[in-house]
Amino acid sequence: MSTSTATIVAARTRLELKMFVRHREQMAVTFAMPVLLLVLLALIGGGTVDGTGVAESRVHAAGMIAVGIVSAGFQGLALAVAAERRDGTLKRLRGTPMPPVAYLLGKIAQVIVVSLVQVALLLVVGVIGLDLTLPHDPTRWLTFAWVFVLGVTVATLLGLAASGLMRKGANGALIILPFTALQFVSGVFVAPGGLPHGVQRFAAVFPLKWLTQGMRSVFLPDSFRAVEPAGSWELGRVALVLAAWGVVALVVWIRTFRWIENER
Amino acid sequence: MTAERTLAPAGEAGDADTAIRVRGLRRAYGAHRAVDGLDLDVRRGEIFALLGPNGAGKTTTTEILEGYRSRDAGEVAVLGVDPARAGARWRARIGIVLQESADVSGLTVRESVRHFAHYYPKPRDPDEVIEAVGLTDRRDTRAGALSGGQRRRLDVALGILGGPELLFLDEPTTGFDPEARRRFWALIVGLRAAGTTILLTTHYLDEAEHLADRVGVIRAGRVVDVDTPERLGGRHLARSVLRWRDAEGAHELATAEPTADVARLAARFGGEIPELTVTRPSLEDVYLDLIGAW
Repeated sequence: MSTSTATIVAARTRLELKMFVRHREQMAVTFAMPVLLLVLLALIGGGTVDGTGVAESRVHAAGMIAVGIVSAGFQGLALAVAAERRDGTLKRLRGTPMPPVAYLLGKIAQVIVVSLVQVALLLVVGVIGLDLTLPHDPTRWLTFAWVFVLGVTVATLLGLAASGLMRKGANGALIILPFTALQFVSGVFVAPGGLPHGVQRFAAVFPLKWLTQGMRSVFLPDSFRAVEPAGSWELGRVALVLAAWGVVALVVWIRTFRWIENER
Repeated sequence: MTAERTLAPAGEAGDADTAIRVRGLRRAYGAHRAVDGLDLDVRRGEIFALLGPNGAGKTTTTEILEGYRSRDAGEVAVLGVDPARAGARWRARIGIVLQESADVSGLTVRESVRHFAHYYPKPRDPDEVIEAVGLTDRRDTRAGALSGGQRRRLDVALGILGGPELLFLDEPTTGFDPEARRRFWALIVGLRAAGTTILLTTHYLDEAEHLADRVGVIRAGRVVDVDTPERLGGRHLARSVLRWRDAEGAHELATAEPTADVARLAARFGGEIPELTVTRPSLEDVYLDLIGAW
């Protein structure tokens, strides 16, 4: 990447964050939603996962971290980019020498920052209110780092790819509904071992289950592996499935991305 | 006005003199042929106005020239480059002012101009550009809070920021009040004086007449005539209409020799001819004729 491209990426990142912060209501909802869900789940439930002695709320905390990443990346971007196509942002950008990769990297950087704040919020709430303990082992934080960056990248690419499917006037529910449904089968609310086999297999096709599992490997004790579908964290497979989705999303994005609304 | 500029008829000019060259351009949407064998030459340094009714292929043509749309057939060279294969270097040499944009609404004038300056290899000074479009006292206002006319001037600021050789202006003064329009025209004339070539699309014939060195009329996906506003559609050869009044009432005379007729009338009245008007066909008259609206 040339210096000028790097400058443009930095400028795009600053701009994305500025715009994010200026949409105050949107920002409040983005940050409050996973925290609110986590607290509500803790109020309703509160038991431990059978045969592990691990509090369900800790499973939920790991799940919500994954959901936060995907909602900032996938859901947030799919809707935001569709809106940028409608209001002419993309058309204007296409008419300038801005390299398209700077647009992509600016989005990824924005999602990384937003997700980091999100994770920090969830961890604070988890540690204070839900007896979540932060891992001391540095290898766990290393795992967190790569699962997080990979998860953010895949979610961002999926969001960009999905924005192309949002034709003129398409409803946001097109994005929100499948994402919500997927949360229920991907081990966010219910420890995955407790789900029927067919459902587990179905969920295993999609990245959310793997991102959730990767986050559990960071924040849950190793004793929890006993109830994971494979009896282990399967980190290799987490990396593989996420990377595969990233490549597919990148190809779809490049092939279907439109800068203008009504290319008939 | 353009009366004193010497302009040769459109010809096969070399690249150094030609900003846009189009031959046999075609683009269909399904069975509808939006652009159907269009030829166009725009010279460097001129303001060229593209006129035509909605659906005649104006937008499709300009969007192909701007690099937004693909084409089915034909040759296109914009600043010597095919827009379908053009990259960042070419985009740094053009400026595009889109119709009715609603982006950057959360940014102030200054923030957006400064941000877009990052994209260009040799941007003009942001504050100077804001001054040039007359938005200095609004520079800390968010784009979403600007009036329609101010918003368009911001669009122009973003369009000229890179110091473009060629500027596309798509219906720039829609919804302006007459004073704002005059100010905007002065801005555009100033750009031409600085050497910028401008391709203007507009629905306002007075705008084309005031600004354009040459006018092209598009009808059904083809250019049906290109000339100066004064000569379009044989306007300068058409008959003039003399109107005057005497004791018998109002008179009207269509004539190919208005000067001789006025002299004759003046001799008859022995001085002033009461309520004399000499009317040549307006640009609107010849335009409506060219697009077959009568």
